[in-house]
Amino acid sequence: MVTGWFAGEGNDFRLLGTRCSACASVFFPREDHHCRNPSCRGGELTEVPLSRRGRVWSYTDSRYPPPSPYVTDPELSWEPCAFIAVELEAERMVVLGQAAPGVTVADLAVGLEVEVVPGVLHEDAETTWMTWHWRPTGVTA
Amino acid sequence: MTEEVAVLGAGMHPWGKWGRNFVEYGVAAAREALADAGLKWRDIGAIVGADTVRGGYPGHVAGATFAKALGWQGARVTSVYAACASGAQAIDAARAQILAGLADVVLVVGADAAPKGFFRPAGGDRPDDPDWLRFRILGATNPVYFGLYARRRMAEHSDTPDDFARVKVKNSAMGALNPRARYRSRVTAEEVAASAVVADPLRLLDICATSDGGAAVVLSSMEYARRHGQAEPVRILAVSTVTPRYPSTVLDLPDIATDSARAVEPPGETFRRSIARAAYEEAGLGPEDLSLAEVYDLSTALELQWYEDLGLCGEGEGVKLLRDGATALGGRIPVNVSGGLASFGEAVPAQAIAQVCELTRQLRGVAGDRQVPGARVGIAANQGLFGHGSAVIAVR
Ligand SMILES: [Zn+2]
Repeated sequence: MVTGWFAGEGNDFRLLGTRCSACASVFFPREDHHCRNPSCRGGELTEVPLSRRGRVWSYTDSRYPPPSPYVTDPELSWEPCAFIAVELEAERMVVLGQAAPGVTVADLAVGLEVEVVPGVLHEDAETTWMTWHWRPTGVTA
Repeated sequence: MTEEVAVLGAGMHPWGKWGRNFVEYGVAAAREALADAGLKWRDIGAIVGADTVRGGYPGHVAGATFAKALGWQGARVTSVYAACASGAQAIDAARAQILAGLADVVLVVGADAAPKGFFRPAGGDRPDDPDWLRFRILGATNPVYFGLYARRRMAEHSDTPDDFARVKVKNSAMGALNPRARYRSRVTAEEVAASAVVADPLRLLDICATSDGGAAVVLSSMEYARRHGQAEPVRILAVSTVTPRYPSTVLDLPDIATDSARAVEPPGETFRRSIARAAYEEAGLGPEDLSLAEVYDLSTALELQWYEDLGLCGEGEGVKLLRDGATALGGRIPVNVSGGLASFGEAVPAQAIAQVCELTRQLRGVAGDRQVPGARVGIAANQGLFGHGSAVIAVR
C-alpha cells in the first residue's frame, strides 16, 4: 500500500524519502518523478533514509473512530489514538504519525524527543499491514 | 490594483441538516440573490457554480445543474472545484469574465448537502491520493489537524482551552442574531468545557459541524450596475486565489508531512498570511482599513490564527485581541459577525460565497441586530484543501 515508505527492523527501522541530486531537496512521502522545488531544473531522485529521531512539533489524539478507508475492528471498543507531528532537524521537515500503542497525549509535550519505530496498522487472517509509529525516546514498549 | 465589480444581489438558503438535494438549496439562494438584485434569471449572461460531489457521476458538476434547475436559457456556464475555496474561485471566475467583457452580469451559486459525521474521501483504493492516504495510513481526520494547530498555539503563545472556548462564546452570541445560521443559541464557556474532547485539546463545541446550505451572489460590471440604478453598490476590490510557496513548512490538510526546508529557505510568511497579503495588495488596502472580517473558523483555535494572519494583531497576540473584545460586535474589528462556521457549519462549496453575502449585508448597513456600525471595508478569508487560497475584499 505504501511501498518504500519505510524499511528495517528494530533500531534499524527508518522512514524512507527521496532526495533530489540537483538541489538536495528531500521528500516524504517519497517523490519519485519530479523534484517539487520550483527553482530546480530537476535532478535524479534517489532513496534516502530519514532521521530516526526528532522533536515533537505538536500532538493531539482522536477520541472517535476515524471513518473508512481507515480500518478499525468493529468487534473492539475504540481506544483513542494519539498523533505526533515530529520536526526532523536534518531534513527541516515535519512528519505526522500515530504514537506507539500506549502513548497518550498525557505522555507528550512540544519539544520532546521521539523516535520512529515499526508498528502494526492492521491485521487480518492473511496479512499484517505495517506502519511507522513515533515513540518518546527512553520509553520501551 | 484591478478594476472593481459590483455585488448587485446576495441570497442564502438557511444552513442546517435538511436532508434534501443540494440543488434545492442552490436554487433557493440563487432566486433570492436575483430578487435582491432586482433581476430576472433571463437577464443573466453567465452562471458560475461552485461544485459539490454528485453521487452517481464521477465528477463535480454545479454550474449547469443550477442553470437547468432555474430553466435553461442559454447562459455561458462555468463550474469550479477548489474544495473550501470553491466559492471564492467561482466569484473570481465571474469577476474575470466581467472584467474581460465576456459578461455584464453573472450569477454565482454554491450549495451542498454534507454527509453525516467526519468528512472522508471518496471510496475505492486510491493510494495516489494524499487525502485517501491520510485516512488509510493514519486515520487522521480534519479535527486531528485542528487539534495539532491548537496544541501548537498553546506551546508557542500560551493560549489556553479557555481562550479557545471564548471564540465559540463570541461567535455563538453573534450567530444567535442571524436568522440564516443553523445554531442560534448562545453557548457558554462552561458548555464548551463540558462537551466531549474530539481531538485534544479541542472539544466538540470548538469544532465546526458539517451542514447543508446554499449561497449566491449576482455580480456585474460597474457600468451595468449604474445602468440598473445602483450608483453606489457594494464592490469587490480583490479576490485572492494564491497557492502556497515552496517549501511550505506548516503541516497542512491533507498532507502527512511538510516540505523540507533543507535545500531552500522557507518564504518569510505562511500560506494563510500570503492569502491575506495578496488580497490587501490587490485592493490597495491594509488591515487598518477593515471594518469587519469573516474568517474560516473550522475550529475556535484557528480563528485566533487568522487574526494574526490577517494582520489584525501581531503574531501570538490573537488571544489578547479576543480578550480585549476587539473582535466581538461593538469592538474595533468584529470577526465572524455572521456567527461564522461555529454557527453555520461547513457546506463546502457555499461557505466562501456565504461570507461574501455577509459582507454585502454589512456594507449595505442592512444586517439588523448584528450590524457593524458604519461598515465600509470587509474581508472574507478562507483556505481550500490541497493549496487553494481564498480571500475577498469588498467595500462600500
Ligand atoms: Zn531539485
